[in-house]
Amino acid sequence: MFEFVMPPAVIMIVGALLVALARPMLRPLIALLTPLVTLYAIWQIPDGIQLSAMFLGYEVQVVEGSALRRLFATVFAIMAFGGVLFAFRQSKWWELSAAMIYAAGAIGVSFAGDLIVMFLFWELMALFSTVVVWCGGTEGAKRAGIRYAIIHLLGGIILKIGIEGLIVHTGSPEIRALALNNFDTWMIFIGVLINAAAPPISAWLADAYPESSPMGGVFLSAFTTKTAILSLILLFPGQPLLIWIGLWMIFYGIIFALLENDMRRILSYSIVNQVGFMVVAIGIGTELALNGAAAHAFTHIIYKALLFMSAGAVLYQTGIRKCSELGGLFRTMPLTTICGIIGALSISAFPLTSGFISKSMISSAAGGEQLMLVWYLLVAASAGVFLHAGIKFPWFVFFQKDSGLRPPEAPWNMRAAMVLFAVGCIALGVFPGLLYGLLPFAVEYVPYTADHVVTQLQLLLFAGLAFFVLLPLMKRTDTVSLDFDWIYRVGLPGVLRAIEKLLVRGRRALIAAAVPAGKQLKTWFTETPYMLFSSRSPMGQTAIWMAVLLAFVIVLAII
Amino acid sequence: MAHDPNNRVPGHDHWLVRPKTIRWLIGISIVVLVATVAAQFVVPVHAYFSIGEVFGFNAAYGFLTCVGMVVFAKLLGFVLKRPVDYYAKSPKFNADADDV
Repeated sequence: MFEFVMPPAVIMIVGALLVALARPMLRPLIALLTPLVTLYAIWQIPDGIQLSAMFLGYEVQVVEGSALRRLFATVFAIMAFGGVLFAFRQSKWWELSAAMIYAAGAIGVSFAGDLIVMFLFWELMALFSTVVVWCGGTEGAKRAGIRYAIIHLLGGIILKIGIEGLIVHTGSPEIRALALNNFDTWMIFIGVLINAAAPPISAWLADAYPESSPMGGVFLSAFTTKTAILSLILLFPGQPLLIWIGLWMIFYGIIFALLENDMRRILSYSIVNQVGFMVVAIGIGTELALNGAAAHAFTHIIYKALLFMSAGAVLYQTGIRKCSELGGLFRTMPLTTICGIIGALSISAFPLTSGFISKSMISSAAGGEQLMLVWYLLVAASAGVFLHAGIKFPWFVFFQKDSGLRPPEAPWNMRAAMVLFAVGCIALGVFPGLLYGLLPFAVEYVPYTADHVVTQLQLLLFAGLAFFVLLPLMKRTDTVSLDFDWIYRVGLPGVLRAIEKLLVRGRRALIAAAVPAGKQLKTWFTETPYMLFSSRSPMGQTAIWMAVLLAFVIVLAII
Repeated sequence: MAHDPNNRVPGHDHWLVRPKTIRWLIGISIVVLVATVAAQFVVPVHAYFSIGEVFGFNAAYGFLTCVGMVVFAKLLGFVLKRPVDYYAKSPKFNADADDV
């Protein structure tokens, strides 16, 4: 159709700008069509470099196609469509526009052939995701958005230092597998990991996302962390350090989600948890593992968006975000409940859902490489996912006690988006070939074997048993949990304040000492002037000085 | 945002939360749990590591690791949990502040 290759990200940006400029009546149409046109454009991009341009004296590769890149761009476009469908009647136009440019950034990173283009779209995402956080519209959203922006701009600077160093030292900005053997690659590694919500600064995610609007959270759940996953697959496949970083993220997500009361913060922690699975897979680095990482990113975006949609629908209808105040909503929101449960089963990798066909690739890759400890931890984590997201989220939001809330179902477009993504979760679970055909490497993996289904059901159902047995321990408390962000939200301001206090005290002590001392000095000057400027016998001294001067003149005259 | 907390009809709660239904649900759950373990008589399990082939290993492992995670989270909660307004109340750095 296109004579020249149209970068899909540009289509999305143009669509986002049109949404901003169009008459209100046309906005929904443009917003819904844009992701579909973008999706079409994504599938027109063949393998290899398709579009180059000159930028700052470098030939940059704006569009480079490959199966992996198309896979990520595809799910980003699907996500943009589902998000717009969920949001278009409730979001303000600026939130829609910002979310679409944010999605465009993610699609741009997917096709970026070199680090310069990647960085530009990376920053586009940082800017417009911040706008989406701000669209939460509360004072909390404003503050969280500023913290979010600071972290991401800082991450961007670190990434840029690495990219510039790499270009200076190797002469090439091309995206290729890098080894962690010098300062430049370490900087790139850290810059990408910041967006993946890797430790120690995972806290930005659960800090910012829950502050967004009910619609904004759906968009936020998808793009930033998954573009980081794509970048890690392209730049650092098989880097063993990633296995341990990923495992930390997995268990961090579970433990903090277990402590949490805010329903969307529970889901945010579980993003870190799920991205951890992908990071582990990239660290393992075999074809099966990288396939698993890509497949899991794909399924994760769909089911996590579905979970955020069901939480968003509840939030939109009730205005309540705390588990301790929710409960019993299945009575009046049955569709939202069912969709939430499908999302929860998918994230838990239940057979016949999308998570089952992707997550099991990752643990199989660990098993296949004889990484025994990693395998045991991944299996325990799979049980933990069911515990913290699979049961905890639907149980506390839709069941547990009767909170007395009787909200009606969410508006039709929200329901349509949830049903669409719920069908997607089941379809991928039932027909794994749909996804396996898109993966970067040929798939020999068979998810549905009798023993795999049996062992997975044992694992998950007994994890569920543990949940209900330990229910008294899970009682929700109205609390927040300290995290690394304590350092920059309380610790650092505390240190600055202590320094400030010290300086203020110093200033006051100085003033307290200096004023009386100055006063004394002044008094001394005014009251004892004769000691300095004259004497008790002024005339006598003058006469002596006159005599001395006269004698000097005489001496001069004689000479 | 519309919800009316007062439109409940006493004694006519949803069928899903009636004690009889819940007894049934518990019964079914127990049967299903037993069935998933018993299925191992029929389906031989091939695990990557030998301990995974022990009868009921996944059931026990899933249950015990979850208990471990919940207890660990609970203990960590004593250290990490703070009131919701913790950050709102924490001192803010303000260079112009004179109220030290």
